[in-house]
Amino acid sequence: MTAYVRPRDLAEALALRAEHPDWMVLAGGTDLMVNAIHQKVPAGIVDLWRFAPIGGITVGDGRITIGAGATWTEVERHPAIREKLAPLALAAREIGALQIQARGTVGGNVGTSSPVGDSLPALLALDCELEVASVRGHRRAPYSAWCTGYRTTQLAPDELVIAAHLPLPGANVRTAWRKVGTRRAQSISKVMGAAAIEVDAGVVVSARIGLGAVANRPIRATAVEEAVRGQRLGAQAAEAARAALRASIAPIDDVRSTAAYRLEVAENVVARFFHVS
Amino acid sequence: MKLELEVNGAAAHVEASPWKRLLDVLREDLRLTGTKEGCGEGECGACTVMLDGEAVNSCLVAVGQCHGRKVVTVEGLAAQRAGEAEVLHAVQRALVTCGGAQCGICTPGIAVCAVHVVDSGALHGADDATARAKVRELLAGNICRCTGYQLIVDAVIAAARELEGARS
Repeated sequence: MTAYVRPRDLAEALALRAEHPDWMVLAGGTDLMVNAIHQKVPAGIVDLWRFAPIGGITVGDGRITIGAGATWTEVERHPAIREKLAPLALAAREIGALQIQARGTVGGNVGTSSPVGDSLPALLALDCELEVASVRGHRRAPYSAWCTGYRTTQLAPDELVIAAHLPLPGANVRTAWRKVGTRRAQSISKVMGAAAIEVDAGVVVSARIGLGAVANRPIRATAVEEAVRGQRLGAQAAEAARAALRASIAPIDDVRSTAAYRLEVAENVVARFFHVS
Repeated sequence: MKLELEVNGAAAHVEASPWKRLLDVLREDLRLTGTKEGCGEGECGACTVMLDGEAVNSCLVAVGQCHGRKVVTVEGLAAQRAGEAEVLHAVQRALVTCGGAQCGICTPGIAVCAVHVVDSGALHGADDATARAKVRELLAGNICRCTGYQLIVDAVIAAARELEGARS
């Protein structure tokens, strides 16, 4: 029989995690419950759905902090996220459909860190830092170093993701988001990307580009970020970005798309981030 | 584990594994077979119910998470007063009059999701083109394999207009 606990507070949740690292930590279930009747029955469930200590979205101190238990519906509707962290709000609106957005959580997305997780390129471009806790204490980890391979992360067996901290971009930073799938709503991405580009007098000062579905994990396109520095926004930066990207990613053929298609689309997505609209 | 949840406004007592899907508890334990299983993967929306007022896929909900929570299934959409015949929700009536159903497997999920969309006021004040685009986006998680979505969208818009008219 599967054990089930709904912790009263964070201390109890962390103690459970330390004592039963094999138990499933379950929030909205949009990942872990897929094909549930064909899955191995978990030894125990730690239920963190609507668990207050990791819920909520707060604004302050030059950043927005999103609790790991916040759903994509909450992220998409939050006025400060829509205004200041537009790529994340736009990604949230395209994560599955309404039913998935109502249940899928920020913590679940970063916990699984699938290469096609729609929010993850936005977290990379927006310089997200994760807050992680265990009975051993709290720690911070930049999301850019979080993923260690195909659906593997730095998360230790006794840890929980608590929150995502996102600095507010400065006034001279332009952000962008683009997802390409078979249809606009509720499709698994073929390629998606997000950008945060700091511009001074029409020249790129620095850029962060996050990409999904082009590698075994969500990645920062660091070669592109270097290539566009000092380039004039518009055709010049766009072409530099396109050339650098081709040399830096090697997407794969699979059931959803081909490597050649993904490469061409990723180039277009990245180049478009630098076009002047 | 022993669970108490509110289903369609009434208390329901269930003894089930916490890992059992809400979908299976509704159909097998509570005999509410209006909710259908399509894919079991959260892609098709046939099993959509409302959980604490949000439209969710019941195939992705572990029933252990539902203790003390409110569930509304397709059986709970119509208004029922003691001693009177039940009155279908405007969305259900519109699905009938517009012909927004064929084989019926996706219909309960569409009805629940559409009631959620219409009652949340998401279409309020939108012109026709905007409302149609919104319905297509908000119902994108409900897949019909019989035919297109034209008549379903017509029905949702008609229901929204009817309720708007009744309010003003």
